[in-house]
Amino acid sequence: MSTETHSNAESNLEKVLKSGQFAFTGELGPPRGTDAAEVREKAKFLKGNVDSVNITDNQTAVVRMSSWAASLLVIQEGLEPNYQMVCRDRNRLAMQADILGGAALGIKNMLCLSGDHQQFGDHPDAKGVFDIDSIQLIAMVKQMRDDGLFLSGGEIEHPPKMFIGAASNPFAEPFEWRVNRLAKKIEAGADFIQTQCIYNMERFRNFIHMANEEGLTEKIYILAGVTPMKSIGMARYMKTKVPGMDVPDEIIDRLKGVDKKKVADEGIKIACEQIEEFKEMKGVHGVHMMAIEWEHKVPEIAEQAKVLPRPVFG
Amino acid sequence: MIVANRKPFAEIREMLQGYTKVLNIGCGTCVSVCLTGGEKEVAILNTELEMARRLDDDPIDIYAHTVERQCDREYLAELDTIIEEGNFDALMSMACGVGIQFLAERYPQIPTFPAVDTSGLAVNQAVGWYEERCRSCSQCVLGSTGGICPITLCAKGLLNGPCGGTNKGNCEISNEQPCAWFRIYERLKGQNRLDAIKSINITRGWKDQAPRDLLQPGYKKPEKMAK
Repeated sequence: MSTETHSNAESNLEKVLKSGQFAFTGELGPPRGTDAAEVREKAKFLKGNVDSVNITDNQTAVVRMSSWAASLLVIQEGLEPNYQMVCRDRNRLAMQADILGGAALGIKNMLCLSGDHQQFGDHPDAKGVFDIDSIQLIAMVKQMRDDGLFLSGGEIEHPPKMFIGAASNPFAEPFEWRVNRLAKKIEAGADFIQTQCIYNMERFRNFIHMANEEGLTEKIYILAGVTPMKSIGMARYMKTKVPGMDVPDEIIDRLKGVDKKKVADEGIKIACEQIEEFKEMKGVHGVHMMAIEWEHKVPEIAEQAKVLPRPVFG
Repeated sequence: MIVANRKPFAEIREMLQGYTKVLNIGCGTCVSVCLTGGEKEVAILNTELEMARRLDDDPIDIYAHTVERQCDREYLAELDTIIEEGNFDALMSMACGVGIQFLAERYPQIPTFPAVDTSGLAVNQAVGWYEERCRSCSQCVLGSTGGICPITLCAKGLLNGPCGGTNKGNCEISNEQPCAWFRIYERLKGQNRLDAIKSINITRGWKDQAPRDLLQPGYKKPEKMAK
Protein backbone atom coordinates (compact mmCIF):
# COMPACT_ATOMS: atom_id res chain seq x y z
CA MET A 1 0.00 0.00 0.00
CA SER A 2 1.28 3.44 -0.84
CA THR A 3 2.02 6.11 1.68
CA GLU A 4 -0.13 9.24 1.79
CA THR A 5 0.10 11.02 -1.52
CA HIS A 6 -1.54 13.99 -3.11
CA SER A 7 -4.17 11.77 -4.68
CA ASN A 8 -5.39 10.21 -1.47
CA ALA A 9 -5.79 13.35 0.57
CA GLU A 10 -9.30 14.39 1.57
CA SER A 11 -11.22 16.53 -0.86
CA ASN A 12 -12.02 20.12 -0.06
CA LEU A 13 -15.74 19.33 -0.14
CA GLU A 14 -15.21 16.53 2.35
CA LYS A 15 -13.31 18.89 4.66
CA VAL A 16 -16.04 21.52 4.48
CA LEU A 17 -18.77 19.03 5.29
CA LYS A 18 -16.79 17.26 8.01
CA SER A 19 -16.04 20.59 9.66
CA GLY A 20 -19.78 21.14 9.95
CA GLN A 21 -19.85 24.17 7.68
CA PHE A 22 -22.65 24.77 5.21
CA ALA A 23 -21.35 23.57 1.84
CA PHE A 24 -21.90 25.39 -1.44
CA THR A 25 -21.17 23.54 -4.68
CA GLY A 26 -21.52 24.59 -8.29
CA GLU A 27 -21.92 23.04 -11.68
CA LEU A 28 -20.10 23.36 -14.98
CA GLY A 29 -21.14 21.84 -18.27
CA PRO A 30 -18.23 20.99 -20.60
CA PRO A 31 -18.38 22.39 -24.14
CA ARG A 32 -19.43 20.60 -27.33
CA GLY A 33 -15.97 20.98 -28.74
CA THR A 34 -12.33 21.21 -27.81
CA ASP A 35 -12.18 24.74 -26.47
CA ALA A 36 -10.38 24.43 -23.14
CA ALA A 37 -10.58 28.21 -22.78
CA GLU A 38 -14.34 27.97 -22.45
CA VAL A 39 -13.98 25.63 -19.47
CA ARG A 40 -11.33 27.88 -17.91
CA GLU A 41 -13.54 30.92 -18.42
CA LYS A 42 -16.51 29.30 -16.69
CA ALA A 43 -14.22 28.04 -13.92
CA LYS A 44 -13.09 31.61 -13.16
CA PHE A 45 -16.60 32.59 -12.11
CA LEU A 46 -16.83 29.63 -9.77
CA LYS A 47 -13.38 29.77 -8.18
CA GLY A 48 -13.58 30.97 -4.60
CA ASN A 49 -17.36 30.96 -4.71
CA VAL A 50 -17.98 27.22 -4.43
CA ASP A 51 -16.33 24.36 -2.50
CA SER A 52 -16.38 22.04 -5.46
CA VAL A 53 -17.84 22.10 -8.95
CA ASN A 54 -19.78 19.26 -10.58
CA ILE A 55 -18.51 18.51 -14.06
CA THR A 56 -21.39 16.99 -15.93
CA ASP A 57 -21.00 13.80 -17.94
CA ASN A 58 -22.64 14.07 -21.37
CA GLN A 59 -25.60 15.69 -19.66
CA THR A 60 -29.01 15.13 -21.21
CA ALA A 61 -27.28 12.43 -23.27
CA VAL A 62 -25.64 15.00 -25.54
CA VAL A 63 -21.97 14.45 -26.42
CA ARG A 64 -19.60 16.91 -24.81
CA MET A 65 -15.98 17.07 -23.78
CA SER A 66 -15.46 14.14 -21.38
CA SER A 67 -16.13 14.95 -17.76
CA TRP A 68 -12.75 13.73 -16.53
CA ALA A 69 -10.93 15.92 -19.06
CA ALA A 70 -12.95 19.00 -18.10
CA SER A 71 -12.34 18.06 -14.44
CA LEU A 72 -8.60 18.22 -15.05
CA LEU A 73 -8.98 21.63 -16.69
CA VAL A 74 -10.75 23.03 -13.65
CA ILE A 75 -8.10 21.55 -11.35
CA GLN A 76 -5.55 23.54 -13.36
CA GLU A 77 -7.67 26.61 -12.63
CA GLY A 78 -7.43 25.94 -8.89
CA LEU A 79 -10.96 24.66 -8.54
CA GLU A 80 -11.99 21.31 -7.13
CA PRO A 81 -14.08 19.15 -9.47
CA ASN A 82 -16.84 16.76 -8.55
CA TYR A 83 -16.49 14.30 -11.38
CA GLN A 84 -19.89 13.10 -12.57
CA MET A 85 -20.13 9.62 -14.00
CA VAL A 86 -23.23 8.13 -15.61
CA CYS A 87 -23.95 4.44 -16.18
CA ARG A 88 -25.31 5.04 -19.67
CA ASP A 89 -22.07 5.33 -21.60
CA ARG A 90 -19.57 2.96 -20.02
CA ASN A 91 -19.34 -0.61 -18.87
CA ARG A 92 -17.66 -1.65 -15.62
CA LEU A 93 -14.23 -1.90 -17.23
CA ALA A 94 -14.32 1.63 -18.63
CA MET A 95 -15.77 3.02 -15.40
CA GLN A 96 -13.07 1.53 -13.21
CA ALA A 97 -10.38 2.62 -15.64
CA ASP A 98 -11.68 6.21 -15.60
CA ILE A 99 -11.92 6.19 -11.80
CA LEU A 100 -8.27 5.11 -11.55
CA GLY A 101 -7.19 7.66 -14.13
CA GLY A 102 -9.19 10.44 -12.55
CA ALA A 103 -7.86 9.67 -9.08
CA ALA A 104 -4.29 9.51 -10.38
CA LEU A 105 -4.64 12.99 -11.81
CA GLY A 106 -6.15 14.56 -8.71
CA ILE A 107 -9.92 14.01 -8.90
CA LYS A 108 -11.20 13.45 -5.37
CA ASN A 109 -14.99 13.65 -5.61
CA MET A 110 -17.35 11.64 -7.75
CA LEU A 111 -21.07 11.82 -8.34
CA CYS A 112 -22.54 8.47 -9.36
CA LEU A 113 -25.60 8.70 -11.61
CA SER A 114 -27.74 6.46 -13.80
CA GLY A 115 -27.79 9.09 -16.54
CA ASP A 116 -30.61 10.39 -18.71
CA HIS A 117 -31.78 7.88 -21.27
CA GLN A 118 -29.93 8.19 -24.59
CA GLN A 119 -33.23 8.80 -26.33
CA PHE A 120 -33.15 12.39 -24.99
CA GLY A 121 -29.88 13.30 -26.57
CA ASP A 122 -28.15 13.89 -29.84
CA HIS A 123 -27.56 10.17 -30.50
CA PRO A 124 -30.99 8.75 -29.66
CA ASP A 125 -30.27 5.40 -31.32
CA ALA A 126 -27.09 4.78 -29.34
CA LYS A 127 -26.82 1.58 -27.38
CA GLY A 128 -27.30 2.40 -23.70
CA VAL A 129 -24.76 0.49 -21.65
CA PHE A 130 -26.24 0.38 -18.11
CA ASP A 131 -23.97 -2.53 -17.30
CA ILE A 132 -24.37 -1.48 -13.68
CA ASP A 133 -26.80 1.01 -12.16
CA SER A 134 -26.12 4.06 -10.01
CA ILE A 135 -26.45 2.20 -6.71
CA GLN A 136 -24.13 -0.53 -7.93
CA LEU A 137 -21.70 2.16 -9.11
CA ILE A 138 -21.64 3.71 -5.64
CA ALA A 139 -20.91 0.29 -4.14
CA MET A 140 -18.19 -0.31 -6.72
CA VAL A 141 -16.38 2.96 -5.98
CA LYS A 142 -16.61 2.27 -2.26
CA GLN A 143 -15.17 -1.22 -2.72
CA MET A 144 -12.35 0.18 -4.84
CA ARG A 145 -11.60 2.83 -2.21
CA ASP A 146 -12.14 0.97 1.07
CA ASP A 147 -11.24 -2.61 0.17
CA GLY A 148 -8.76 -1.81 -2.57
CA LEU A 149 -10.55 -4.27 -4.82
CA PHE A 150 -11.89 -4.12 -8.33
CA LEU A 151 -15.49 -5.20 -8.84
CA SER A 152 -14.07 -8.56 -9.92
CA GLY A 153 -12.36 -8.96 -6.56
CA GLY A 154 -8.89 -8.39 -7.99
CA GLU A 155 -6.54 -6.25 -5.96
CA ILE A 156 -5.83 -2.62 -6.86
CA GLU A 157 -2.24 -1.63 -6.39
CA HIS A 158 -2.90 1.95 -5.30
CA PRO A 159 -6.63 2.30 -4.56
CA PRO A 160 -8.35 5.55 -5.48
CA LYS A 161 -9.46 7.93 -2.75
CA MET A 162 -12.87 9.29 -3.64
CA PHE A 163 -15.51 11.22 -1.75
CA ILE A 164 -18.57 9.45 -3.09
CA GLY A 165 -21.63 11.38 -4.12
CA ALA A 166 -25.05 10.31 -5.27
CA ALA A 167 -28.17 12.03 -6.48
CA SER A 168 -31.62 12.01 -5.00
CA ASN A 169 -34.83 13.21 -6.54
CA PRO A 170 -37.34 13.84 -3.76
CA PHE A 171 -40.02 14.70 -6.30
CA ALA A 172 -40.13 11.67 -8.56
CA GLU A 173 -42.82 9.15 -7.85
CA PRO A 174 -43.42 7.00 -5.98
CA PHE A 175 -42.78 9.73 -3.40
CA GLU A 176 -42.90 7.37 -0.39
CA TRP A 177 -40.17 5.26 -1.94
CA ARG A 178 -37.66 8.10 -2.29
CA VAL A 179 -36.49 7.85 1.30
CA ASN A 180 -35.98 4.11 0.87
CA ARG A 181 -33.96 4.79 -2.24
CA LEU A 182 -31.88 7.30 -0.29
CA ALA A 183 -31.33 4.60 2.36
CA LYS A 184 -30.17 2.20 -0.36
CA LYS A 185 -27.66 4.76 -1.61
CA ILE A 186 -26.34 5.24 1.91
CA GLU A 187 -26.07 1.49 2.38
CA ALA A 188 -24.22 1.24 -0.93
CA GLY A 189 -21.63 3.69 0.43
CA ALA A 190 -22.51 7.23 -0.66
CA ASP A 191 -20.89 9.96 1.47
CA PHE A 192 -22.99 12.84 0.20
CA ILE A 193 -26.15 13.53 -1.75
CA GLN A 194 -26.94 16.29 -4.20
CA THR A 195 -30.65 16.56 -4.85
CA GLN A 196 -32.64 17.36 -7.94
CA CYS A 197 -33.52 21.05 -8.33
CA ILE A 198 -35.98 21.95 -5.61
CA TYR A 199 -38.93 24.23 -6.30
CA ASN A 200 -41.65 22.55 -4.28
CA MET A 201 -40.40 23.43 -0.80
CA GLU A 202 -43.33 21.79 0.97
CA ARG A 203 -42.56 18.47 -0.60
CA PHE A 204 -38.86 18.82 0.13
CA ARG A 205 -39.52 19.66 3.80
CA ASN A 206 -41.61 16.53 3.95
CA PHE A 207 -38.83 14.46 2.35
CA ILE A 208 -36.18 15.77 4.74
CA HIS A 209 -38.53 15.23 7.67
CA MET A 210 -38.91 11.59 6.66
CA ALA A 211 -35.16 11.25 6.17
CA ASN A 212 -34.57 12.80 9.61
CA GLU A 213 -37.10 10.45 11.20
CA GLU A 214 -35.30 7.47 9.67
CA GLY A 215 -31.99 8.77 10.98
CA LEU A 216 -30.62 8.98 7.44
CA THR A 217 -29.45 12.59 7.62
CA GLU A 218 -27.00 11.60 10.36
CA LYS A 219 -25.40 9.07 8.04
CA ILE A 220 -24.96 11.25 4.99
CA TYR A 221 -24.46 14.86 3.99
CA ILE A 222 -27.33 16.27 1.96
CA LEU A 223 -26.85 19.19 -0.40
CA ALA A 224 -30.12 20.71 -1.54
CA GLY A 225 -30.28 21.35 -5.29
CA VAL A 226 -31.09 24.88 -6.37
CA THR A 227 -31.45 26.25 -9.90
CA PRO A 228 -32.50 29.88 -10.22
CA MET A 229 -35.11 30.50 -12.89
CA LYS A 230 -33.77 32.75 -15.63
CA SER A 231 -37.10 33.33 -17.34
CA ILE A 232 -40.77 32.42 -17.33
CA GLY A 233 -40.13 30.23 -20.38
CA MET A 234 -37.51 28.27 -18.46
CA ALA A 235 -39.90 27.78 -15.55
CA ARG A 236 -42.61 26.52 -17.88
CA TYR A 237 -40.15 24.21 -19.62
CA MET A 238 -38.94 22.79 -16.31
CA LYS A 239 -42.52 22.26 -15.21
CA THR A 240 -43.77 20.51 -18.31
CA LYS A 241 -40.81 19.03 -20.16
CA VAL A 242 -38.27 17.84 -17.60
CA PRO A 243 -39.16 14.42 -16.17
CA GLY A 244 -39.16 14.20 -12.40
CA MET A 245 -39.26 17.98 -11.93
CA ASP A 246 -41.87 19.58 -9.68
CA VAL A 247 -42.41 23.31 -10.31
CA PRO A 248 -45.41 24.70 -8.41
CA ASP A 249 -47.55 27.37 -10.09
CA GLU A 250 -46.61 29.84 -7.34
CA ILE A 251 -43.08 30.02 -8.73
CA ILE A 252 -44.34 30.82 -12.23
CA ASP A 253 -46.89 33.31 -10.87
CA ARG A 254 -44.19 35.07 -8.88
CA LEU A 255 -41.97 35.42 -11.96
CA LYS A 256 -44.94 36.68 -13.95
CA GLY A 257 -45.68 39.24 -11.26
CA VAL A 258 -42.53 41.29 -11.81
CA ASP A 259 -41.40 43.63 -14.57
CA LYS A 260 -40.05 41.69 -17.61
CA LYS A 261 -36.54 43.01 -17.06
CA LYS A 262 -36.59 41.86 -13.44
CA VAL A 263 -37.61 38.22 -13.99
CA ALA A 264 -34.07 36.86 -13.69
CA ASP A 265 -33.47 38.92 -10.55
CA GLU A 266 -36.67 37.53 -9.10
CA GLY A 267 -35.46 34.02 -9.96
CA ILE A 268 -32.26 34.67 -8.01
CA LYS A 269 -34.25 36.16 -5.16
CA ILE A 270 -36.41 33.03 -4.92
CA ALA A 271 -33.25 30.88 -4.94
CA CYS A 272 -31.71 32.96 -2.14
CA GLU A 273 -34.83 32.67 -0.02
CA GLN A 274 -34.66 28.90 -0.47
CA ILE A 275 -30.99 28.89 0.53
CA GLU A 276 -31.80 30.87 3.69
CA GLU A 277 -34.32 28.21 4.63
CA PHE A 278 -31.91 25.37 3.82
CA LYS A 279 -29.28 26.90 6.09
CA GLU A 280 -31.68 26.46 8.99
CA MET A 281 -33.18 23.14 7.91
CA LYS A 282 -32.23 20.16 10.04
CA GLY A 283 -30.74 17.44 7.85
CA VAL A 284 -29.54 19.76 5.10
CA HIS A 285 -25.77 20.29 5.04
CA GLY A 286 -25.34 22.55 2.08
CA VAL A 287 -26.61 23.71 -1.28
CA HIS A 288 -25.77 22.51 -4.75
CA MET A 289 -26.15 25.50 -7.07
CA MET A 290 -26.92 24.41 -10.60
CA ALA A 291 -26.82 27.70 -12.46
CA ILE A 292 -27.23 26.13 -15.86
CA GLU A 293 -25.28 28.06 -18.52
CA TRP A 294 -25.29 30.89 -16.02
CA GLU A 295 -21.91 30.31 -14.42
CA HIS A 296 -21.06 34.02 -14.67
CA LYS A 297 -23.94 34.76 -12.32
CA VAL A 298 -22.60 32.50 -9.56
CA PRO A 299 -20.47 35.18 -7.85
CA GLU A 300 -23.52 37.42 -7.59
CA ILE A 301 -25.77 34.57 -6.42
CA ALA A 302 -23.23 33.43 -3.82
CA GLU A 303 -22.94 37.01 -2.59
CA GLN A 304 -26.69 37.46 -2.32
CA ALA A 305 -27.12 34.05 -0.72
CA LYS A 306 -24.58 35.09 1.94
CA VAL A 307 -22.47 31.98 1.55
CA LEU A 308 -19.22 33.89 1.10
CA PRO A 309 -16.39 33.67 1.89
CA ARG A 310 -15.97 29.95 1.36
CA PRO A 311 -13.91 28.09 3.95
CA VAL A 312 -10.22 27.63 3.15
CA PHE A 313 -8.18 24.78 4.59
CA GLY A 314 -4.43 24.95 4.94
CA MET B 1 -44.07 -16.22 -27.84
CA ILE B 2 -41.50 -14.81 -30.22
CA VAL B 3 -42.69 -11.80 -32.16
CA ALA B 4 -41.34 -10.38 -35.38
CA ASN B 5 -42.24 -7.62 -37.75
CA ARG B 6 -42.09 -7.80 -41.53
CA LYS B 7 -39.19 -5.90 -43.02
CA PRO B 8 -39.94 -2.88 -45.20
CA PHE B 9 -40.85 -4.05 -48.70
CA ALA B 10 -38.03 -2.04 -50.30
CA GLU B 11 -35.47 -3.83 -48.14
CA ILE B 12 -36.87 -7.24 -49.07
CA ARG B 13 -36.81 -6.32 -52.77
CA GLU B 14 -33.25 -5.13 -52.49
CA MET B 15 -32.15 -8.42 -50.90
CA LEU B 16 -33.75 -10.45 -53.67
CA GLN B 17 -32.24 -8.36 -56.45
CA GLY B 18 -30.75 -10.69 -59.03
CA TYR B 19 -32.49 -13.83 -57.77
CA THR B 20 -35.12 -15.25 -60.05
CA LYS B 21 -36.29 -18.47 -58.43
CA VAL B 22 -37.00 -18.16 -54.72
CA LEU B 23 -38.76 -20.26 -52.12
CA ASN B 24 -40.41 -18.20 -49.37
CA ILE B 25 -40.85 -20.28 -46.23
CA GLY B 26 -43.30 -19.37 -43.50
CA CYS B 27 -43.48 -20.67 -39.97
CA GLY B 28 -46.72 -21.90 -38.45
CA THR B 29 -45.92 -21.15 -34.82
CA CYS B 30 -45.05 -17.83 -33.10
CA VAL B 31 -44.77 -15.59 -36.17
CA SER B 32 -48.02 -17.02 -37.43
CA VAL B 33 -49.78 -16.06 -34.19
CA CYS B 34 -48.42 -12.52 -34.37
CA LEU B 35 -49.66 -12.20 -37.97
CA THR B 36 -46.21 -11.74 -39.49
CA GLY B 37 -44.85 -14.90 -41.04
CA GLY B 38 -47.52 -17.55 -41.39
CA GLU B 39 -49.04 -19.07 -44.50
CA LYS B 40 -51.22 -16.03 -45.19
CA GLU B 41 -48.39 -13.51 -44.84
CA VAL B 42 -46.13 -15.61 -47.08
CA ALA B 43 -48.82 -15.52 -49.78
CA ILE B 44 -49.26 -11.76 -49.45
CA LEU B 45 -45.53 -11.03 -49.65
CA ASN B 46 -45.13 -13.33 -52.64
CA THR B 47 -47.94 -11.55 -54.48
CA GLU B 48 -46.39 -8.17 -53.75
CA LEU B 49 -42.98 -9.34 -54.95
CA GLU B 50 -44.35 -10.89 -58.10
CA MET B 51 -46.25 -7.73 -59.01
CA ALA B 52 -43.35 -5.42 -58.29
CA ARG B 53 -40.87 -7.47 -60.25
CA ARG B 54 -43.25 -7.84 -63.17
CA LEU B 55 -43.70 -4.08 -63.29
CA ASP B 56 -39.93 -3.77 -63.37
CA ASP B 57 -39.75 -6.20 -66.25
CA ASP B 58 -37.65 -8.44 -64.04
CA PRO B 59 -39.99 -11.31 -63.19
CA ILE B 60 -39.39 -13.55 -60.19
CA ASP B 61 -40.53 -17.10 -59.82
CA ILE B 62 -41.49 -17.22 -56.16
CA TYR B 63 -42.88 -20.26 -54.34
CA ALA B 64 -44.46 -20.66 -50.93
CA HIS B 65 -44.24 -23.26 -48.24
CA THR B 66 -45.08 -22.97 -44.56
CA VAL B 67 -43.74 -25.47 -42.05
CA GLU B 68 -45.10 -26.01 -38.56
CA ARG B 69 -41.89 -24.81 -36.88
CA GLN B 70 -38.65 -23.69 -38.48
CA CYS B 71 -36.77 -24.15 -35.20
CA ASP B 72 -37.35 -27.89 -35.29
CA ARG B 73 -35.53 -30.38 -37.56
CA GLU B 74 -38.51 -32.68 -37.60
CA TYR B 75 -40.52 -30.05 -39.44
CA LEU B 76 -37.71 -28.70 -41.59
CA ALA B 77 -37.16 -32.16 -43.02
CA GLU B 78 -40.24 -31.85 -45.20
CA LEU B 79 -38.39 -29.14 -47.13
CA ASP B 80 -35.51 -31.41 -48.16
CA THR B 81 -37.14 -32.83 -51.28
CA ILE B 82 -38.81 -29.55 -52.23
CA ILE B 83 -35.51 -27.71 -52.09
CA GLU B 84 -33.52 -30.48 -53.72
CA GLU B 85 -35.88 -30.66 -56.66
CA GLY B 86 -36.77 -26.99 -56.82
CA ASN B 87 -33.43 -25.66 -57.96
CA PHE B 88 -34.00 -22.37 -56.11
CA ASP B 89 -31.32 -19.73 -56.31
CA ALA B 90 -32.38 -18.27 -52.96
CA LEU B 91 -34.50 -19.03 -49.93
CA MET B 92 -36.47 -16.48 -47.96
CA SER B 93 -37.71 -17.10 -44.45
CA MET B 94 -40.53 -15.42 -42.61
CA ALA B 95 -39.72 -17.20 -39.35
CA CYS B 96 -38.05 -15.55 -36.36
CA GLY B 97 -34.27 -15.21 -36.30
CA VAL B 98 -33.98 -18.66 -34.80
CA GLY B 99 -35.92 -20.30 -37.60
CA ILE B 100 -34.10 -18.35 -40.30
CA GLN B 101 -30.73 -19.53 -39.00
CA PHE B 102 -31.82 -23.13 -38.65
CA LEU B 103 -33.02 -23.05 -42.23
CA ALA B 104 -29.81 -21.46 -43.49
CA GLU B 105 -27.81 -24.03 -41.55
CA ARG B 106 -29.69 -26.92 -43.14
CA TYR B 107 -29.17 -25.67 -46.69
CA PRO B 108 -25.78 -23.95 -46.48
CA GLN B 109 -25.22 -23.94 -50.23
CA ILE B 110 -28.27 -21.70 -50.90
CA PRO B 111 -28.37 -18.01 -49.88
CA THR B 112 -31.10 -17.50 -47.27
CA PHE B 113 -32.68 -14.09 -46.60
CA PRO B 114 -34.80 -12.82 -43.71
CA ALA B 115 -38.13 -11.23 -44.56
CA VAL B 116 -38.80 -10.23 -40.94
CA ASP B 117 -37.08 -8.44 -38.06
CA THR B 118 -37.39 -10.42 -34.87
CA SER B 119 -38.25 -8.13 -32.00
CA GLY B 120 -38.57 -10.15 -28.86
CA LEU B 121 -40.41 -12.39 -26.45
CA ALA B 122 -43.83 -10.93 -26.08
CA VAL B 123 -47.35 -11.35 -24.83
CA ASN B 124 -50.46 -11.11 -26.95
CA GLN B 125 -52.26 -8.10 -25.46
CA ALA B 126 -55.01 -8.06 -28.08
CA VAL B 127 -55.32 -9.19 -31.68
CA GLY B 128 -52.47 -7.52 -33.54
CA TRP B 129 -50.90 -6.02 -30.40
CA TYR B 130 -47.90 -7.62 -28.75
CA GLU B 131 -45.77 -6.36 -25.89
CA GLU B 132 -42.25 -7.44 -25.05
CA ARG B 133 -41.85 -9.05 -21.65
CA CYS B 134 -38.58 -10.95 -21.53
CA ARG B 135 -35.01 -10.40 -22.71
CA SER B 136 -34.02 -13.98 -21.89
CA CYS B 137 -31.17 -12.78 -19.67
CA SER B 138 -30.65 -16.21 -18.06
CA GLN B 139 -31.06 -14.81 -14.51
CA CYS B 140 -34.70 -14.28 -13.70
CA VAL B 141 -35.42 -11.69 -10.99
CA LEU B 142 -39.20 -11.78 -11.26
CA GLY B 143 -39.50 -13.34 -7.81
CA SER B 144 -38.34 -10.16 -6.11
CA THR B 145 -39.85 -7.69 -8.55
CA GLY B 146 -43.48 -8.63 -8.30
CA GLY B 147 -43.50 -10.50 -11.59
CA ILE B 148 -42.50 -7.39 -13.59
CA CYS B 149 -39.19 -7.56 -15.46
CA PRO B 150 -36.94 -4.54 -14.93
CA ILE B 151 -34.40 -5.78 -17.46
CA THR B 152 -37.03 -5.67 -20.21
CA LEU B 153 -39.47 -3.02 -19.05
CA CYS B 154 -37.16 -0.42 -17.50
CA ALA B 155 -35.62 1.53 -20.39
CA LYS B 156 -32.30 1.50 -18.51
CA GLY B 157 -32.62 -2.09 -17.29
CA LEU B 158 -32.01 -0.91 -13.73
CA LEU B 159 -31.89 -3.46 -10.96
CA ASN B 160 -32.31 -0.82 -8.25
CA GLY B 161 -35.00 1.49 -9.54
CA PRO B 162 -36.88 3.67 -9.95
CA CYS B 163 -34.45 6.31 -11.17
CA GLY B 164 -35.08 10.03 -10.79
CA GLY B 165 -36.75 10.23 -14.18
CA THR B 166 -40.04 8.67 -13.12
CA ASN B 167 -42.68 10.95 -14.49
CA LYS B 168 -46.05 10.55 -12.77
CA GLY B 169 -45.73 6.79 -12.99
CA ASN B 170 -44.33 6.84 -16.51
CA CYS B 171 -40.83 6.48 -17.86
CA GLU B 172 -38.71 9.51 -18.69
CA ILE B 173 -38.52 8.36 -22.31
CA SER B 174 -42.27 8.60 -22.95
CA ASN B 175 -45.58 9.29 -21.31
CA GLU B 176 -46.85 6.21 -23.12
CA GLN B 177 -44.33 3.96 -21.40
CA PRO B 178 -45.16 3.02 -17.82
CA CYS B 179 -42.22 3.12 -15.39
CA ALA B 180 -41.42 -0.52 -14.65
CA TRP B 181 -40.12 0.30 -11.18
CA PHE B 182 -43.17 2.37 -10.34
CA ARG B 183 -45.27 -0.67 -11.20
CA ILE B 184 -42.96 -2.98 -9.29
CA TYR B 185 -43.31 -0.72 -6.25
CA GLU B 186 -47.09 -0.60 -6.54
CA ARG B 187 -47.45 -4.32 -6.97
CA LEU B 188 -45.14 -5.24 -4.09
CA LYS B 189 -46.84 -2.67 -1.89
CA GLY B 190 -50.15 -4.32 -2.68
CA GLN B 191 -48.66 -7.65 -1.63
CA ASN B 192 -47.14 -6.07 1.49
CA ARG B 193 -43.78 -7.21 0.19
CA LEU B 194 -41.76 -4.00 -0.26
CA ASP B 195 -38.93 -5.59 1.73
CA ALA B 196 -38.15 -7.54 -1.43
CA ILE B 197 -36.65 -4.40 -3.00
CA LYS B 198 -35.35 -2.61 0.09
CA SER B 199 -31.99 -4.33 0.04
CA ILE B 200 -29.49 -3.62 -2.70
CA ASN B 201 -29.64 -5.76 -5.77
CA ILE B 202 -25.94 -6.26 -6.25
CA THR B 203 -24.07 -6.09 -9.54
CA ARG B 204 -24.72 -9.15 -11.63
CA GLY B 205 -22.54 -10.91 -14.08
CA TRP B 206 -24.36 -10.86 -17.39
CA LYS B 207 -25.02 -14.34 -18.69
CA ASP B 208 -26.04 -13.34 -22.18
CA GLN B 209 -22.76 -11.93 -23.47
CA ALA B 210 -21.61 -15.07 -25.24
CA PRO B 211 -23.59 -17.71 -27.15
CA ARG B 212 -25.62 -19.87 -24.78
CA ASP B 213 -26.84 -23.39 -25.02
CA LEU B 214 -28.82 -25.58 -22.69
CA LEU B 215 -28.22 -29.25 -22.04
CA GLN B 216 -30.67 -30.78 -19.62
CA PRO B 217 -29.35 -33.12 -16.95
CA GLY B 218 -29.28 -36.68 -18.12
CA TYR B 219 -28.93 -35.68 -21.77
CA LYS B 220 -25.91 -35.70 -24.00
CA LYS B 221 -25.10 -33.86 -27.18
CA PRO B 222 -25.22 -36.27 -30.16
CA GLU B 223 -21.62 -37.23 -30.85
CA LYS B 224 -21.49 -36.12 -34.46
CA MET B 225 -22.71 -32.64 -33.50
CA ALA B 226 -20.80 -32.03 -30.26
CA LYS B 227 -17.78 -29.88 -30.97
